[in-house]
Amino acid sequence: MRTVHFDSREHYKNKVFPSPFHSRQAELNQKKQWGRWFDYLSVNEYYCETMEYFAGRNSCGVFDLTPMTKHLITGPDALAFLNRLVTREVAKIKPGRVGYAVWCTDEGQVIDDGTIFHLREGTYRMCSQEHQIDWLSINAVGFDVTIVEDTHDVAAVALQGPTSCATLKRMGLAGVENITPFGLDYFDFEGTELMVSRTGFTGDLGYELWIHPDYAETMWDRVFEAGKLHNIRPMGSNALELLRIEAAYIMAGEEFMPAMQTVRPTHTRSPFELGLGWLVDFNKPNFNGRRALLSEKKNGSRYALVRLDIEDNKAANHSYVYDSKGKNIGWVTSAMWSPSAKKNIALATVEAPHGEIGEDMKVEIYYQRELKWSRKMARAIVVKDAFWNPPRRRQTPPADF
Amino acid sequence: MIKSILIIGAGHNSLVCAAYLAKAGFQVTVFEAADRVGGAAITREFHPGFRVSAGAHLLYLLDEGISRELGLESHGLSMAKTGMDTISLDPGGNHVRISGAGVHGVSAQDQAAMKEYHRLINRFAGVIGALHNRVPPRMGTTNRVDLLALARIGWNIRKLGKNDMREFLRIAGINMFDVLQEKFDSELLKGALSLDGTLGTFLGARSNNSVFCALHRLSNGGRYSLPAGGMGAVSEAIAGAARANGAEIHTSRPVKSILMDFDHVSGVELESGEKIEADYIISGADPKTTYFKLLGPQNLEAGFAHRVNNIRSRGNVAKLHLALRGVPEFTGLDASLTGERLVIAPSLQYVEHAFNHAKYGEYSAHPVLEITIPSLHDDTFAPAGRHVLSANVQWAPRELKAGWSEAKAAFQETVIDTLAAYAPGIRTQILHMELLTPQDIEAEFRITGGHWHHGELALDQSMMMRPVPGAAQYATPVTGLWMCGAGCHPGGGVMGSAGRNAAQALMKSVGKSVGEIRRVKET
Repeated sequence: MRTVHFDSREHYKNKVFPSPFHSRQAELNQKKQWGRWFDYLSVNEYYCETMEYFAGRNSCGVFDLTPMTKHLITGPDALAFLNRLVTREVAKIKPGRVGYAVWCTDEGQVIDDGTIFHLREGTYRMCSQEHQIDWLSINAVGFDVTIVEDTHDVAAVALQGPTSCATLKRMGLAGVENITPFGLDYFDFEGTELMVSRTGFTGDLGYELWIHPDYAETMWDRVFEAGKLHNIRPMGSNALELLRIEAAYIMAGEEFMPAMQTVRPTHTRSPFELGLGWLVDFNKPNFNGRRALLSEKKNGSRYALVRLDIEDNKAANHSYVYDSKGKNIGWVTSAMWSPSAKKNIALATVEAPHGEIGEDMKVEIYYQRELKWSRKMARAIVVKDAFWNPPRRRQTPPADF
Repeated sequence: MIKSILIIGAGHNSLVCAAYLAKAGFQVTVFEAADRVGGAAITREFHPGFRVSAGAHLLYLLDEGISRELGLESHGLSMAKTGMDTISLDPGGNHVRISGAGVHGVSAQDQAAMKEYHRLINRFAGVIGALHNRVPPRMGTTNRVDLLALARIGWNIRKLGKNDMREFLRIAGINMFDVLQEKFDSELLKGALSLDGTLGTFLGARSNNSVFCALHRLSNGGRYSLPAGGMGAVSEAIAGAARANGAEIHTSRPVKSILMDFDHVSGVELESGEKIEADYIISGADPKTTYFKLLGPQNLEAGFAHRVNNIRSRGNVAKLHLALRGVPEFTGLDASLTGERLVIAPSLQYVEHAFNHAKYGEYSAHPVLEITIPSLHDDTFAPAGRHVLSANVQWAPRELKAGWSEAKAAFQETVIDTLAAYAPGIRTQILHMELLTPQDIEAEFRITGGHWHHGELALDQSMMMRPVPGAAQYATPVTGLWMCGAGCHPGGGVMGSAGRNAAQALMKSVGKSVGEIRRVKET
């Protein structure tokens, strides 16, 4: 096990670790765009952000997600523990299935979001954006549950894009095509166990591969070998950011401030204010934030997170949002020109009661051409669906593209 | 429809709460685990023919309003001794005697200083005491009632006038050592006075917050009394009032758990397996027992459970009961004064050094004692000619490094040695000895940590922070569950205010005046 003990006196000398895939990443990282993602070195851009993005939509991109915070949750009370922690009904996540979840403070404000993998009966892996071991330990009081942050014990890559399934089949993972969206399965890989889940952060056909770090490099090589004919490409975090905006996925630190890091009391968001009301299950008698969220449901939320279809092609990053009469009602949290949807898209926070589907708004876009700044008030319409949501995302078995 | 209320525990606060709610017309049932009412305010036998107030042994905080409203005298409460002096024992026999603002055995300068100190401390204690019979306001709301209550606290402090207010703000958060050192010369006097802020707490004379504890202890004037029949008689009188108002009180029926119906409480399950439904449950148990043992943290939100888990409630006081052949003789003490409140705290350093051990999980090598000999005032305590000595002994930390089962015998020797330094003949007078460590107190009275106050009394655990924010107005986050014990504002000491405040808060939340409920009951 590689779990790092941060109580070591020497911990400061090794604040940022190379990923178990580092040797391969270093070879491919033509632009030397290294970044830091919590405890790990991570690649922002390997050779071309745009090309990496297109690999995710048109062939197959490989993204190293080892740095994502992972926890192993076991014990007789694991289910009860998770059900008190998150807002959704965890019993509905059967063994071999994965569920998206969000968890809140007692005040019903979002601490973080993540995925819960029901690995085997009663054994769960919880992945989160932020470090959560402190909050999970606080939550464990009174539950017979064991929580281990095992971020360092699992090497993981995401394989995203239309040729991802074909690549895995060529790698020899027999039956991988039968995994349904949010499903997972186990395969033998050179004598160790390889877990494959049909999950990802791109809103497209895609898989995530989880393995012991000792096998990381071998697995990377085998994936790239198998993907050669399928135009496999490494993918950095800049490209992933574009893919997730198209999928209208929210991101901690962009769409919301994690409640534990927020100083100003009104700057946090509830699940309802992030469009995650479908994850809140009041049929559970108790979960963190239940009372506050019940009261919010009755009395109304302060904000809404909206998906905007904006005219023209200037990306609306950091823009103010106005209602049709010109009153400032919010701001854009993420924005881009979407090459796949062929739309100028954005996620935005607006004050209640704004945010109805079809509502007409304006965004104030500042853009620069050869150093010269210009400003444009662009019309924006609130739309219902994610900007990118192709049928292949759900198709089982997926076609060979 | 008359609302049914089930109260867990028959400690004095529970009984007060029951008495008021029954008077208001609610159908009140109390379940007590022990074989008698009173919680830690009981009188029981500890040796054939010898009785003692096994928990609290002096009455000094009982609210006069409660006493009057519940007619405790008509229910049998009377005093065997009131206005007890405090004698600060000197190993050489040059004792110091404190009676209110007066003090004997010290310099004229100290006598004058005592007058001013007494005036000031009583004034400040009055500021704290004025808050005791009110539900603490919530912080951070725009609710008018809360804002007015906050303003009232501010006004009570401002009303002290410029000089006293400054002094209040200066000393309220600091420690007895610094304050006493500024004012007095006599070590015996300072040592005894420092106990006002340190008895029953995990605070030494030099620990900040000890002045606040002293103000709490003295908030009712600081007059010590011995009830006739011991502290159990106080509880019996309150229980009598509750029964007269229609409350049902069951003893020897311990509650095992609080039952939930989806997201609200529905009743309790007794140890016997019997389930009893109620519209409201009020727990007189301490917060950790209530939330963790009876309810289960699974039924709470995690942030709240975390706050409860962090309540400081480690007991630090041992209780010594001696059955004696005769009246103990203290060197140099006039026999007529033996029945007063005797303390062994000969200097501030002595008190601080005694506390030092507790910090490291040890009992004090030279402990502090607060001694009463109730049999001198009340012949129901011991057979004729025999006597009972009851003493609070500290510090004796709940979590003893050496383990209480191993160290208890040695600690008993230490305590008797300490006593014998002041009353040399006492060893030969002992017929029987009982020493309750905080662990014994925890087991006998079912108080987490064996802590008198159900949780340390300190500024950060007082008022709207007691027991924790989110439950400081007696209602808990769990619908239908209320609290009324010493873990709530205003805290411990046989006072009754927490019980009355809880009753009033519940009545207010039900939204009915007392008269209205009564009319419903009659029809």
